Amino acid sequence: MSRTEILTGNQAAAEGAKLCHIQVVSAYPITPQTSLTEYLSQAIESGEIKAEYVRVESEHSALSVCIAASSVGARAFTSTSSHGLLYMHEQLHWAAGSRLPIVMCCVNRGVGAPWSIFNDQQDSISQRDTGWIQIYCRDNQEIIDTLIQAYRIAEIVKIPVMVCYDGFVLSHTMMPVEIPDAETVDAFLPPYHAHTILSPEDPRNINPVTFPWRRADQDGVMCDGYMELRYKLQSALEAAGETIAAVGRDFAERFGRDHGGLLWRYRTEDADVILTGMGSIATEATMAVDALREQGIAAGVVGLRVYRPFPKAAVREAFRDAHAILVMEKDISYGYEGALCSDLKAAFYGTEISAPIHNVVAGLGGRDVKARELAEVTREILDRIAAGQPEGPTTWLNCRTDTPTE
Amino acid sequence: MEKTDPNITAMCRPAPGEAGKTGDWRDLRPVIDHTKCIPSVKKRAACYLCWLFCPDGVVKPSIPVEIDLEYCKGCGICAEECPAKAITMIPEGGEGTT
Repeated sequence: MSRTEILTGNQAAAEGAKLCHIQVVSAYPITPQTSLTEYLSQAIESGEIKAEYVRVESEHSALSVCIAASSVGARAFTSTSSHGLLYMHEQLHWAAGSRLPIVMCCVNRGVGAPWSIFNDQQDSISQRDTGWIQIYCRDNQEIIDTLIQAYRIAEIVKIPVMVCYDGFVLSHTMMPVEIPDAETVDAFLPPYHAHTILSPEDPRNINPVTFPWRRADQDGVMCDGYMELRYKLQSALEAAGETIAAVGRDFAERFGRDHGGLLWRYRTEDADVILTGMGSIATEATMAVDALREQGIAAGVVGLRVYRPFPKAAVREAFRDAHAILVMEKDISYGYEGALCSDLKAAFYGTEISAPIHNVVAGLGGRDVKARELAEVTREILDRIAAGQPEGPTTWLNCRTDTPTE
Repeated sequence: MEKTDPNITAMCRPAPGEAGKTGDWRDLRPVIDHTKCIPSVKKRAACYLCWLFCPDGVVKPSIPVEIDLEYCKGCGICAEECPAKAITMIPEGGEGTT
């Protein structure tokens, strides 16, 4: 029987990891991820989770341990935030390039300088091009459910998955969470069988220097060059969208909760203006939309769950009838605009979608984002569009540009 | 149906010469003086620090010690580590290396 408990996002993630029978955990504590690693180390110490907890001196080593563990056939888990994720950057490429189905929680936090422990999504967005699947959760129920889906996805497509959720806003906020029963999870998630198992009986060199061209190995077998292997990662990511959607549907059938697969919609059926974003800011947008509708503005929300692989076909379909699009995000690609905004515009290229697209950068470094503020900025932008301004400049929500005074 | 492609991770069976005959990268050649080399002098297995430190595994811990010049890249670590100073690095193509 499933049971409902009041959990923080980090507790929900730990419960999810436990249900997935993780075998190796290696993580280094960093705010706001810390309590997640504490729950797991306690559960492993007490024997509640039968896994090895490998203590390390850094996040770079934490992911290295997971790479090694996954290579010998263990289901590996790690989690981090912000600078920890950036410190892992090199190993993120190694994990994806080795095609290892590691699952990591990224508890989203802003990045220095200057120091911030508070939430935004600059950390995971800046790891966009490492070859990982990125899924953004909007509430604590979605965290536990996505973690269970993540191993299934990763082990089918052989690509690591980053489950991202907002620091403090979700990680330290308590909500009722239904914890699925173990047998249902076991039926949904079969044991991990590695595509390559390293063992002393049959030694292999993994990831040796790979030349630009195809080349016969010592046994005379023709092996891919670097570029072929990179192409395989890219084509696997492109195909992964279908797997993510299918796994989401199967999860919905078995557990009765459908988080939308690649994206979810809220009151979009007759919507003129669509607000979009990833994670908790999209949840906040649903409340803004309720307020806007009370004021007679036909607004809806499309929440992006999956950021990589980018769900191009799904967003083309979801935004097809929009007359105005507002992209709200907790990140910025410095020198240009929000990363999600650029990706969405690129997805619409060559289609009939020609709605004005405005970008709202919000909540950087933990600045609070309120539904009424999202509603207000929507109205302001709709006025700008009505005045003949089809796009930008990017709006920095609630950011004061005057000089601070006493 | 899931497609299985076994060749999605770069890997190979460990074997000599995966990167070709790396001996031709060398520009200094290790030459062992067997009147100083400890296993040769004592006529028993001893020392073998050259074998332990060689990053390419081309030193054979035998009596006498042998170095596989087909793969030795000439880094000189063996000469540096030899406590008997029995190994000298000599420029390839120079005197005594024909």
